[in-house]
Amino acid sequence: MILTAALAVPLVGSLALALWPGWSRSAARIWAVVVALVPLGLMAVAWGRFDTQGALFQLVEEAEWVPSLGMGFRLGVDGIALAIAAMTALVFFGAAAYPVDTRGSARQYYAWLLFLEAASLGVFLALDLLLFYVFFDLTLVAMYFLIGRWGHGEPQQAALKFFLYTLLGSLFLLLAILGLYLSADPLTFDMRELISQQPLAGSGTMAGVVMAAFLLGFAIKTPLAPFHTWLPRAHVDAPAPASAILAGVLLKMGTYGMIRIPYSMMTETFVVWALPLAILALVSILYGALVALGQKDLKRRIAYTSINHMGYAVLGIAAAGALFSGSEAARSMALIGATVEMVAHGLITGALFLIAGSFWQRGETYALAEYGGLSARTPKLASLTTLAAFASLGLPGLAGFVAEFHIFVGTFGVYPWLAAIGLTGILITAALFLRMLQSLFFGPLPDRWKDLPDLSVSEFSVLGLLLLLVVVIGVYPGPLLEIIGTSTGWMVGAG
Amino acid sequence: MPVADLLPELVLLVGATGIIVLASFLPHRLHGLCALVAAAVLVASSGFVLQRWDSPDQLAFSGVWALDGGARFAKLLIFGSALVVAVLSFRWMAADRRHGEYYGILLFAAIGAVMMAAAADTMELIVGVLLSSVTGYALVGYHRQWSPAQEAAMKYFLVGALANALLVVGIVLLFGLTGATGYTELAATLAANSDPWVIIPAFVLVLLGLGFKLGATPVHMWMPDAAQAAPAPVAALVTIITKVGAALALARFTMLMPDTLAWQWAVALLAGVTMTWGNLAALGQTNLRRMLGWSAVSQTGYALMAIVVIGTVDRALAALLVFLAGYAVANLAVFSAVVYLRGRTDLEDYRGLARQRPWTAGVIILSLLSFLGLPPLVGFFGKLLLFTAAIEGGYTWLAVVAVINTVVSLFYYLRVIATLMFTQSEQNAADLGWPAAAAMLVTGLAVLVLGLGANGLIGLAQSGALVMLR
Repeated sequence: MILTAALAVPLVGSLALALWPGWSRSAARIWAVVVALVPLGLMAVAWGRFDTQGALFQLVEEAEWVPSLGMGFRLGVDGIALAIAAMTALVFFGAAAYPVDTRGSARQYYAWLLFLEAASLGVFLALDLLLFYVFFDLTLVAMYFLIGRWGHGEPQQAALKFFLYTLLGSLFLLLAILGLYLSADPLTFDMRELISQQPLAGSGTMAGVVMAAFLLGFAIKTPLAPFHTWLPRAHVDAPAPASAILAGVLLKMGTYGMIRIPYSMMTETFVVWALPLAILALVSILYGALVALGQKDLKRRIAYTSINHMGYAVLGIAAAGALFSGSEAARSMALIGATVEMVAHGLITGALFLIAGSFWQRGETYALAEYGGLSARTPKLASLTTLAAFASLGLPGLAGFVAEFHIFVGTFGVYPWLAAIGLTGILITAALFLRMLQSLFFGPLPDRWKDLPDLSVSEFSVLGLLLLLVVVIGVYPGPLLEIIGTSTGWMVGAG
Repeated sequence: MPVADLLPELVLLVGATGIIVLASFLPHRLHGLCALVAAAVLVASSGFVLQRWDSPDQLAFSGVWALDGGARFAKLLIFGSALVVAVLSFRWMAADRRHGEYYGILLFAAIGAVMMAAAADTMELIVGVLLSSVTGYALVGYHRQWSPAQEAAMKYFLVGALANALLVVGIVLLFGLTGATGYTELAATLAANSDPWVIIPAFVLVLLGLGFKLGATPVHMWMPDAAQAAPAPVAALVTIITKVGAALALARFTMLMPDTLAWQWAVALLAGVTMTWGNLAALGQTNLRRMLGWSAVSQTGYALMAIVVIGTVDRALAALLVFLAGYAVANLAVFSAVVYLRGRTDLEDYRGLARQRPWTAGVIILSLLSFLGLPPLVGFFGKLLLFTAAIEGGYTWLAVVAVINTVVSLFYYLRVIATLMFTQSEQNAADLGWPAAAAMLVTGLAVLVLGLGANGLIGLAQSGALVMLR
């Protein structure tokens, strides 16, 4: 019941906020933080119970939902899902605790936040293809309302674009799911069954069409370079905790979906599509980095680095799925790297977006040129931003390095040229983060920021928690790698 | 003659006649009693349908009346929708001088829709279509002092007169070819003697005639006007029950067509054009009810997807029924909210509703998201089954068209949702009291509950088949 409880508690918490109108601002916030703490604890318990020598999917919970269609309420985790779900619970806890201007409707804000948490955890814990889709779509609704109502700039436009664009992706995903479902015998949405059946193996064109629809759906969500245009607007106009969730959690649904569905259920077809996918990932890496370098707006810059970082993750996935057998060690490395990248990016970029939110709350602007010389004025803000930026650019000893190291070592074993070109992306990100730090914290301090307050206790502790974990993963990645490695072993065919 | 087979319809007929007589004797202030009678009759009829739920599929009355799962499901939908509409009309019509008779006409409209759904004979079909049309014109123009309602009724009548004439011509052509009106005989004769020069025009004419009732392009023009200007409860009624009846009628009729005729393509094309046209037209609307009318047109297009594959895919009928049920519930919910707000139509008037009336806004949002097909609402399972059936039947392109249309439709649904949620307004108009509020909450809850409990709905739909004609 651990996994069901991890979904049910935030859902009930959300309903409690939605249905009873009497919550005060602070009560709603405290409630949200306390409720968000529960899934985090449950994920820790699940982590403890996970047997690294055991089956691929563990802690499975199953109940009938729509048996006439072969759909069930099936939850369960493998190492990859567990790692990402744990990160999700943490990012949501941080987002709930982070102070934000809720514009007089704190109750609704925290209700949507908790609802989004339930839906997001559902995506990563679902072992049923249709259940996965249900949660996948519900996240869109919750995020739409969070951006549209509590965003700034032109939030409604941004929210509309986000919803339209990502719904297009998710509907193609639905068609692909149905294509896969109709080829299975007996008809079922059970992921374990579909993974062992490989229903579309050897079916030629049909498999190609279904794979294309899956990759299109997930590429929009991830997002990969030509499909990313919804992302900058949504990120910039969203309230900071929503941006942190969008980047930290929602983008992972694209890459996690790639691993869970096309990679696992259509292994044979994925081999054929791996190279084009890897090239697309490379384009995202370079494009994301170069465009980020050109941004003069703090939040837009961070948003574009997400495209770059998700490119690394996709590159790792493509490399891992490039061969049917052989080079198991390298492919396993690549897949481990991709998963660690998802976790690391969730924590790091989550922290960076929260920091961007802190800048907005203080200065009502994201323009880098407006700031300067803040290192002496706000030492806590400066040091945590620096730490997050260094982690994001892949400094050894921090989580980003562990991820990118694995991805590139793994990819070198499969696509050496692509890996070599991809490495330049790291150089560019280093440059853009250093310049960002320089313009925020060094140089002359403008007069208007003379009284800029440093991070408050709650801001400092949330950021500190996220970044502490970044350091821990960077220095002592063993446990995380072990738990992810149990799955990747199965998935590259070596287990 | 097995009169018991017709019990639900007979009860309705007696009830409808009784109401009209009653209304001419009762003083106006007691006309509300007629609503009570209508509701009781509808509940009783539904009870009779349920009572014979497990009886075997068969043709009754010398083969002109189908008693099968499809018809029973349609009857439940039609009676249920009419019941909600009767509740909604209770206060809406209270001031109307002809309050009492209204419920009689309502019941006649329900009988017409049921006749379409159950007809297994072309003459029977014509009677059903005409009964449904005639009552429809009267209901749409019920507020006869109000010029938009007159215009809507006139438009409905003109398009309807043409479409019904075409339907009759098509049926006469078939009669001329085969000398038969009963579906069993028609199917056998057409399979033996499939002269395409007669069958194709006849099929196209019948398709147009039933397309009018469905609200399919190019005979859909009455739908947005009726949704906008008819009394709001009637708008809910005519968009739902005629669609349910006509969809079943068309599904049944296509089963007569010989295999040599590629009629599926004609329906597929109609489906694609209808959903696209409806959606594109809905994009620019600034009037909520008119937008709902256009959305009803596009929903017809989705429903037609199931009819395309009805002969080839086992679950096509279940897909059609579940989709129609989902549409009916969501449409009732959103129109109940409109009625509750005393027929507010302009989208501008809905500004900031989420703050003033969160429950009403919640019901509207839930219904629109169900139209969109968002899981786990009931509309999702309808669309899911439709897509599955279309892909299984080899019409993947139609599913892709439907997906793109769904994204387009999100645009105008979100305009409404954004108006409700993200704007503020000081105005707070009166509402129509508890009957409408109760109908709204029940149907709004049903959108959610039927989605979460989709298994029951799907099981119910899958248990029925259309009685095989050959």
